[in-house]
Amino acid sequence: MADISSSFLGIKSPNPFWLASAPPTDKKYNVLRAFEAGWGGVVWKTLGSQVKNVSSRYSAVDYNGSRVMGFNNIELISDRPLEINLKEIAECVKLFPDRAMIVSLMADNDRNSWHELIKKVEDTGAHGLELNFGCPHGMTERGMGATVGQDPEIACMVVEWVMEVAKIPVITKLTPNVHSVVPTGRSVVKAGTNGLSLINTIQSVTGIDLDTFVPNPNVGGKSVFGGYCGPAVKPIALKMLTTIAQDELTRTVPISGIGGISTWRDAVEFMLLGAGNVQVCTAAMKHGFRIIDDMIEGLNNWMDEKGFKKLDDFIGKSVPSITHWEDLDINYHIIAKINQDKCIHCGLCYIACEDTSHQSIRLDYGKPYNTYSVIDEECVGCNLCKLVCPVDDCITMEVHRKGDEYINWKEWQKRGLPLNDH
Amino acid sequence: MAITNNRLTKEQYEQNFSDIRPPFENKTAAVVEANRCLFCYDAPCTKSCPTSINIPKFIKQISTDNVKGSAHTIFISNIMGAGCSKVCPVEKLCEGACVYNLLEEEPIQIARLQQYSTMKALQENWQLFERKPANGKKVAIVGAGPAGLSCAHVLAREGVEATIYEKEEKGGGLMTYGIAAYKVTPQFCEDEVNYITSIGGIEIKYNQELGKNLSLSDLQQNYDAIYLGIGVGVARQLDIPGEDLLGVVDAIKFIYELRDKGYSAIPIGDKVAVIGMGMTAIDAATQAKRLGAKEVTMIYRRTQEEMPCTEYELNIAKLDGCEIIWLAAPKEVKGVNGKVTQLVCHVMKLGEPDISGRRSPVDTGETITLDVDMVIKAAGQVPFEDLVKGSSLDNKNGKIVIDNNSATNIQGVFAGGDAVNGGKEVVDAVQAGKDGAAAILRYLKLF
Repeated sequence: MADISSSFLGIKSPNPFWLASAPPTDKKYNVLRAFEAGWGGVVWKTLGSQVKNVSSRYSAVDYNGSRVMGFNNIELISDRPLEINLKEIAECVKLFPDRAMIVSLMADNDRNSWHELIKKVEDTGAHGLELNFGCPHGMTERGMGATVGQDPEIACMVVEWVMEVAKIPVITKLTPNVHSVVPTGRSVVKAGTNGLSLINTIQSVTGIDLDTFVPNPNVGGKSVFGGYCGPAVKPIALKMLTTIAQDELTRTVPISGIGGISTWRDAVEFMLLGAGNVQVCTAAMKHGFRIIDDMIEGLNNWMDEKGFKKLDDFIGKSVPSITHWEDLDINYHIIAKINQDKCIHCGLCYIACEDTSHQSIRLDYGKPYNTYSVIDEECVGCNLCKLVCPVDDCITMEVHRKGDEYINWKEWQKRGLPLNDH
Repeated sequence: MAITNNRLTKEQYEQNFSDIRPPFENKTAAVVEANRCLFCYDAPCTKSCPTSINIPKFIKQISTDNVKGSAHTIFISNIMGAGCSKVCPVEKLCEGACVYNLLEEEPIQIARLQQYSTMKALQENWQLFERKPANGKKVAIVGAGPAGLSCAHVLAREGVEATIYEKEEKGGGLMTYGIAAYKVTPQFCEDEVNYITSIGGIEIKYNQELGKNLSLSDLQQNYDAIYLGIGVGVARQLDIPGEDLLGVVDAIKFIYELRDKGYSAIPIGDKVAVIGMGMTAIDAATQAKRLGAKEVTMIYRRTQEEMPCTEYELNIAKLDGCEIIWLAAPKEVKGVNGKVTQLVCHVMKLGEPDISGRRSPVDTGETITLDVDMVIKAAGQVPFEDLVKGSSLDNKNGKIVIDNNSATNIQGVFAGGDAVNGGKEVVDAVQAGKDGAAAILRYLKLF
C-alpha cells in the first residue's frame, strides 16, 4: 500500500483530499460528517462580516441526460455569526486532531479588519488560512473577493497585511476571472503568501428557462452572474494550474488544486500538473461525502500500480510535458486505424471527418452495416475520429513519422521547408 | 373436453391482454433511453426499416424535448408509425440492426421511443402536415388497411381527394382485425385511423366490398386512378380429412372475432392445436392460452431454423406455456359426433432445400396423434383469388402482379401490400402504400 498521507505547508492530513471552502464546510455538523467519512481536511467556508443570502442559490448545466456537468452558485460567504463559526471550528479541531483545518477568510478591506479576524481564527487552533480573493459574485460589488484577486496591487497589499500577523500558514486562493492567473500569483508570492490555491469559480450564466425567459438561478424573476464550477471547469483549471506550476516565481510555493475534481483520476491529474493536494466541492454536493472512499482507494491502487510510494513521487511529473507550440515536433505524425473487428459501424467517425475534418475515411456501403476505413494519405492525425468513436480502442492512432529528426516550427521556417499545397 | 367461452374473470382477461410493449412511464425514462442512442450516421436501424424512418433523428428530437418534431420525423416516413411501434417485429428490423447488438449491449428501445412520440401526437391530435391546395384529382382506394391508408395520406398531402372503400365496418385492416389484442387495442386502431384521416381529403366508405357492392369498372369511370390495397383473405385450407368438423377454425377469423366481440364471448377449447409458426400462428396460440385454454400445442412441419416468426415471438408463446411440436404436418382431424377429438400428424424430417431456400419437410411415414378439441389453422393466408382473376388483373396464384411502378396490367390501377406480396408486416404495407401513391402522383402528372 502506498502512503497517501499529505503534508501541505507542514499541515498534515491522512490523504490529499480536502473539502473546498463552500456550503459543505459551512458548519460543524457537515464538517464532522465529512471527517467521519474520511476526508483529509476542510477549508471552512469563508468568514468575514456577516452577510445575508438569497433564494434560490444554485443552478446547473446538464448534458445528454447527465445531471450537473457544470454547477453555478450565487451564495455569498458564511451568513452565520462569526462567534458561532469560531466556536465550532475549535470543536472540530479538537474532535479530529489528525485532519487539516483551514479557514477561509474575506475581511473588510482594511488592515485592522484583517488583523482582528486572523487573530480570532488562530485562537481556534486551526492549522492554516486561505484568503478568498476569488468569489466572483456579491462580494465583488463591495470591493472584496474577485475584485481583490483581479488586481495584483490590491492583492499584494492585502497579503502584506495578513502576513504581518499570521502565525499559521497562509494560502492565497486565486480567481480565474482574469486573462492570466500569473500576475496576481506572482504578486502575492512576493508579498509573502506561503501557498496558492486555484481556481475559484468562473463567472457564468448557466441557462435560461425557455418558458419564463428568466436565466438561472431565478431569484424572484431576476438572476445574476454566478460562479461556475464542477466537471465542466476542470480543463480550464488544469490550464491555469499549469501556468502557476511553470512560472519560476509562483512555482516556488505549494499549490492546492481546485476545479471540477470529482474522482481520484481528476485528483491525480491536478497533482501531476503540480498540485500538492486537491480540494473538492461540487462532486460532494452532488453525491455526498461518501465519494471519498473511492478517491482514497483509487489513488492508492493507481500509485501501487505505478510504483509510487508517496505523493511526492508523482506531484508535478507532467508539468514539463506541457511546452510551447513552436517547440512541438513537426515530423511526429500519426494516422488513425480502425479495428474492423471492434467496429460497430455507427459511422460517427466517418461523418465527423467527412463534414468537419479531412475526408480521410472511406465509406463502403452495406446493408445494414457500412464499412469504414482510413485513407492513410489523407489522415492528418487530428484524433477527431478516435474521440467520437463510442468503442474503446476501436480507433487507434499509429505513429508514422514524417522523418527521423526532431524538427520544430522555428527550425522548419529557418530551413524554408515546404508548407501544405492543398 | 369442451369448447366454451367465458372461462376467466374480467380481471383475468384484462391482465392476460394487457399491453405487451408498454409505453415509457414518463418523460425522464424516455429521455434517458433517447440519450443512449449513438446517433449513427447512415444508421443501420433506418436501413432496416421498410419505411426508412430517420430513427436517429427522431430519437435525438426526443432528447431535446422536441416531441412534435420527433412525431413529424416518424410520420413523414410512416403514417402508421404509432401502430408500427406496437406491432412491428422490431427484433428483426430496426432494433435487430442497432449497433449496440454488436457490443453485446441491449439495443435502443426504438419501438418504445417511437411509441412515446407518436402516441403523444395522437392524444394531442397534433396536425403535423399541411395539405397542398386541392388539384381536382380523385383517387379511389380499395381497402382501409395499412397500404390503403398510407397511400391515401400521401395523396391527401399532395392535394388529391382520396376515397377509400372498405368492406368492414372499421378501418385499419389487419391492424384492426388480425393482430393480437395485447399488441393493439381496438380503440387504438380506431384512433389511429381517425388521426390519419384528420388531415382532410380522405373519405372512408365502409361496408363496400369489391366484387359485391362495388365494381372496378365503376371506380374506373369515376376516378382518375385506383389503388388496390385489398389484402389477403382467409387462412390456407389444410386440405385434409375432418377439416369441416366443429372445432376447426381459421386463425384470422378467430383473431378477428376476439377483437370484434370481446374476450369473454370467444369460445375456446381445453386442448387446442395451432397449425403454423408465423406471426399469426403465434398470435392465435398465445391468445388461445390467454383466453383460458388448458393446453395449446403449436404444430410446424419444419424446424425452428425455418420458422417464419421471430425468436422473440416464439418466446412469447413459450412463456405463455404453449407447447411446440417441430416437424409435424397435419394428416387428419378426427371427431366424434361431428366435433373435433384428435389431430393426427405426419412426422416429418428435413430434406433438400426448396425454392424458398429452406430445407423442405419430407414425410417419414410415422404419425403422432394429439387429443384436442380445437384446431386453429394458421398456415398462411390465401389471396382473394376469385376476385383478382375475375377483375382481369395479372396475378400469380391470386397475388396481384405489379411492375416496379406499383402499376397493375390495367391502366390507372395500382396495387400494393398483402394483396401483392401475399402477406408481410404492417410496415411493409405502409411502404407499399407510399410507393403506390408516388406512382399515382407521377401517373397523374402531379410530381
